[in-house]
Amino acid sequence: MLIKTLVSVFLAAILTENYVLAKFLGICPFLGVSKKLDSAVGMSVAVTVVMVLATAVTYPIYMYLLVPYGMDYLQTILFILVIAGLVQLVEIVLRKYIPSLYRSLGIYLPLITTNCAVLGVTMLVLQKVDSTTLYHYTYLHALVNAFGAGIGFLVAMVMFAGVRGRLEKADVPASLKGLPITLVAASLVSLSFLGFAGLVDHLIPLS
Amino acid sequence: MEKKSYLHEFSKGIVKENPVLCLILGTCPTLAVTTSAVNAIGMGIAATAVLVCSNAVISALRRFIPDKVRIPAFITIIAGFVTVVQMVVRAFSPALNDALGIYLPLIVVNCIILGRAEMYASKHPVLPSILDGLGMGVGFTAALLLMGIIRELLGSGSVFGIELLPVKILIFILPPGGFFVFGMLILIANRLNARAGKRVKSSPCDGCLMSEKCSQRSCEEVSGNVD
Repeated sequence: MLIKTLVSVFLAAILTENYVLAKFLGICPFLGVSKKLDSAVGMSVAVTVVMVLATAVTYPIYMYLLVPYGMDYLQTILFILVIAGLVQLVEIVLRKYIPSLYRSLGIYLPLITTNCAVLGVTMLVLQKVDSTTLYHYTYLHALVNAFGAGIGFLVAMVMFAGVRGRLEKADVPASLKGLPITLVAASLVSLSFLGFAGLVDHLIPLS
Repeated sequence: MEKKSYLHEFSKGIVKENPVLCLILGTCPTLAVTTSAVNAIGMGIAATAVLVCSNAVISALRRFIPDKVRIPAFITIIAGFVTVVQMVVRAFSPALNDALGIYLPLIVVNCIILGRAEMYASKHPVLPSILDGLGMGVGFTAALLLMGIIRELLGSGSVFGIELLPVKILIFILPPGGFFVFGMLILIANRLNARAGKRVKSSPCDGCLMSEKCSQRSCEEVSGNVD
């Protein structure tokens, strides 16, 4: 049963609640870094790592420190500082111990601090309710949700990099060139993701 | 002379350097909360309040904040004001709080606010910074309102809840409609700028705060290839 709910949380985070295409979080990197496939993948992997780490740190802070002492109004300010510190820490550790990975992912890390998808995941995960127990997500659920959100970001970025590769060769009217046609393409990609609505509930019936 | 330049600080953000349509900043809230005109105004006012306050404080402290830690310091100041705005909205307009949801605390990472702090408030005195924040905020609100009116009119057949159209094209209040309307508005803004003889904004990275850090890599590739 636990596995089943975890799989459904994971799939829902990728398909039906895609952070980029359904929730409009992380639009700047989605439009900015999706030109080339390798930079799209690099950015998404860095975002996924930071999302999971940030959720792993902020969830216990909120549940066991802020809520018991009635300080949950400090959520915004504390979470952004934790994420900023965490990104710095990841950067330092990568540079020191895994320089090869730092060279491929390091350039994306400074961009992630102000990425609203990361802050969005850490906050949304605390509001989510497990459909079987009708109680807040457990720590495990929260981590799986954050991982799924990262993979959903990866899927959206990779798909969109493919679409933009095609756009390069297309003959686009002069005034549509650049951002407008990119946004129209994003609109169509997001339309295709609407088709996943209700899919997860039917695929994995929980009752 | 003095008066004219103050007026300029205020008015540049509304049309000439509109943060949303010309500088392409703050796209996430622009797309997410503009499903109705009321939400758009609420978001615009909340962001304007944060922008004016943070610009004022950052400008007043600009000589005391060491250059190396300025970004974390800016973020902390902005997050403080966002928390205040969040509490005010929750107390006086719970309906708006529910409608804006997660996007209210996410004002913290809105590029417009950090961008103005970095590009303007940290280099100018308090009064011009306040006017700059106010102008940018009004420009942001106006762009959001325009998006909100178009999407609400086409998507739910009403504006500010008043029924105007008998047809409802639901897709406009769903995510794809947001991307599409935003694309069309930028198309119009580009056309107007091109007619006025200005360089057409082509990359979302141009206004990005971090572009100096990534300009050698991904952003250059983006902006280099569009024209």
